[in-house]
Amino acid sequence: MKRYTIFVITENFIGILNRITIIFTRRGINIDALTASESRIPGVHRITIEVTVTEETVIQLVNQIEKIIDVIKAFHHEDSGVVYQELALYKIPVSRLDGGLEKIIRDHHAKIIAAEPDFVVLELTGHKEKTRELLEILKDYGILEFARSGRVAVAKRMLTIDSFVN
Amino acid sequence: MRGADIVVRSLIAEQAELIFGYPGGAIMPVYDALYDYQDQIKHVLTRHEQGAIHAAQGYARVSGKVGVCLATSGPGATNLITGLADAQIDSTPLVCITGQVAAHLLGTDAFQETDVMGISMPATKWNIQVRHAKDIAPAIAKGFFIARAGRPGAVLIDITKNAQVELGEFNYSPCQEFRSYKIHHPIVQSAIQEAAALINGASRPYLLFGQGVVLGKAEAELKSFLDKSGIPAASTLLGSGALTEEHPNYVGKLGMHGNYAPNLLTNQCDVLIAVGMRFDDRVTGDLSRYAKQAKVIHLELDPAEINKNVKADVAVLGDCKESLAKLTEAVSAKKHEEWMAKFRTLEQQEKEAVVQHDLTPTKVGLTMGEVIHQINQYKADDAVLVTDVGQHQMIAWRYFNYKKTRTQVTSGGLGTMGFALPAALGAQLHDYSRQVICVVGDGGIQMTIQELGTIMQTKAPVKIVLLNNNYLGMVRQWQQMFFDKRYSFTELDNPDFIKLAEAYGIKAQKVKERSSLQEAIEDMLIHDGPYFLEVVVEKEDNVFPMIATGCSVEEVRLH
Repeated sequence: MKRYTIFVITENFIGILNRITIIFTRRGINIDALTASESRIPGVHRITIEVTVTEETVIQLVNQIEKIIDVIKAFHHEDSGVVYQELALYKIPVSRLDGGLEKIIRDHHAKIIAAEPDFVVLELTGHKEKTRELLEILKDYGILEFARSGRVAVAKRMLTIDSFVN
Repeated sequence: MRGADIVVRSLIAEQAELIFGYPGGAIMPVYDALYDYQDQIKHVLTRHEQGAIHAAQGYARVSGKVGVCLATSGPGATNLITGLADAQIDSTPLVCITGQVAAHLLGTDAFQETDVMGISMPATKWNIQVRHAKDIAPAIAKGFFIARAGRPGAVLIDITKNAQVELGEFNYSPCQEFRSYKIHHPIVQSAIQEAAALINGASRPYLLFGQGVVLGKAEAELKSFLDKSGIPAASTLLGSGALTEEHPNYVGKLGMHGNYAPNLLTNQCDVLIAVGMRFDDRVTGDLSRYAKQAKVIHLELDPAEINKNVKADVAVLGDCKESLAKLTEAVSAKKHEEWMAKFRTLEQQEKEAVVQHDLTPTKVGLTMGEVIHQINQYKADDAVLVTDVGQHQMIAWRYFNYKKTRTQVTSGGLGTMGFALPAALGAQLHDYSRQVICVVGDGGIQMTIQELGTIMQTKAPVKIVLLNNNYLGMVRQWQQMFFDKRYSFTELDNPDFIKLAEAYGIKAQKVKERSSLQEAIEDMLIHDGPYFLEVVVEKEDNVFPMIATGCSVEEVRLH
């Protein structure tokens, strides 16, 4: 089993995400993370799915996704084939702040993006391993909430989606 | 014009001549519109929406056209789901139009509202909800295109009631290929060369053909390929009819209850050529012991089928009508007499161990096999055999003499009991003059027996052959073989089927003895109009050969 990123280039129609997730559900495969956004071409959406499966399975998943009528193209890549980023937010109660936090923020290149009377929110972008590491450290600060985005990724391959869209 | 008129005009524009359906609140405007177009489009009122969709499937399977059915929202729509799943898994082109509550009520649990988009999604090739009259014609155009393009499948179009009564322009333009659905895959010449090289070097090549040959209208190309290459060929359940069984290369049927030689020798061939078939588990048995010794060539239109179950050494993606023609050019003319003889020897073993018991029984009780055997004596060459699911389905398939394409209508992938009676009706209504023989069990017929009413009303001259063993026979066989003869809820107390058929005005006859079988079948087939023949068969007979679940094709049992 390996971690794969699946890119799906699709028409922006109602229900398309449902059709895609059904393929995973039928096989009992858990989606690790999923993000959807409009691509740089209007009307064309881009869905990024992170999944941990065997190579054989990921190929079948991609074939079945591509079989969906409104899907324009689907690909899969190993981690080494993509440049990807994730974003994490950490909410910490003001009451627990101390001098040690500055060093933690500096060491991890995190930043404070909001400060309220009761809490502050830290932001960190990076791979899951990094954001998880900071989460472990911040547990000592009575972390109130933690949220991490799915993967946002671009392929290293020099192939653009325009060739499939037209 | 009204959206409802647009629906009907669009169907007419797609050359739908015959549609099946059942009215109800949310589809009433469309039914109102149909009233005005009865000279251009015929509608058949079934007795249940499941009957409507199976009838549309039967119609589609024999005609090659898109089957169309109409239903209302809520329960009307949910009653279509079995048929959608059945059509989708058996690649039958279908367009179903359902009414839906008015758009402003969507999501409010309105009367007869159901999320048919959500429910039908996993059972359709494509579905769409239309909420405005102006969107109806483009949706229907796209739906018909998708249903029949590439690998055919089931499409559902859900139209809200407000869209049916709104006014809109009618300007029909058929759908063409669009950017997210490109269906033409040019055949890669190097794949043809690789495949031909494997075939030319093979000493025991073996070809398996499926329904893809029928759907791709490649029957002639298959025959030419076999004529030249001399390769033995076996059929899947849905492939039957694609090649006449009288062809010298034809060696029989594949799968759990197929023939002995075709299953056994799958594990002895050196090159396996699969054409328009998908290596269903009922064909392959245990995949880890399936044709491991062979190089596999897969001619297939659907990219998602390649390497799904069996890994192909050479995959030829594309329409098998084209790829078979190219492959025929590239292979050398050969005869594989020794290899073919192996099939014939094993066929003889099957004859002695199974066929004799089935066709020339020594016991008093009638066998299902001898009924089919008698049908063969009197049927027309292009007679359509429609079967339900279970023992009778496997026996009828084993013994029916397939001579022409599109003569096999059965529920293959989904295994839907209750399929046969309405599907036979649909097949018959496509062509009143063609012989349509519906072979059905006493379990399955009672799942959709209300369609005798539709047969009565349409006077469709379907010949219904009920093989009655007072059991859910296939389940009973499994209980006998694998569950210690614990016949848990498989025995049926049945009604008087003859009285029932007669109540519907259908001529009926019951046969209990061998001596009257032949005449009864002759009477049935020459009868002008629908006919119901009940044959009481041996209660506890079994279907063989058999590949038990989890076994390999080479472990096919003769008893």
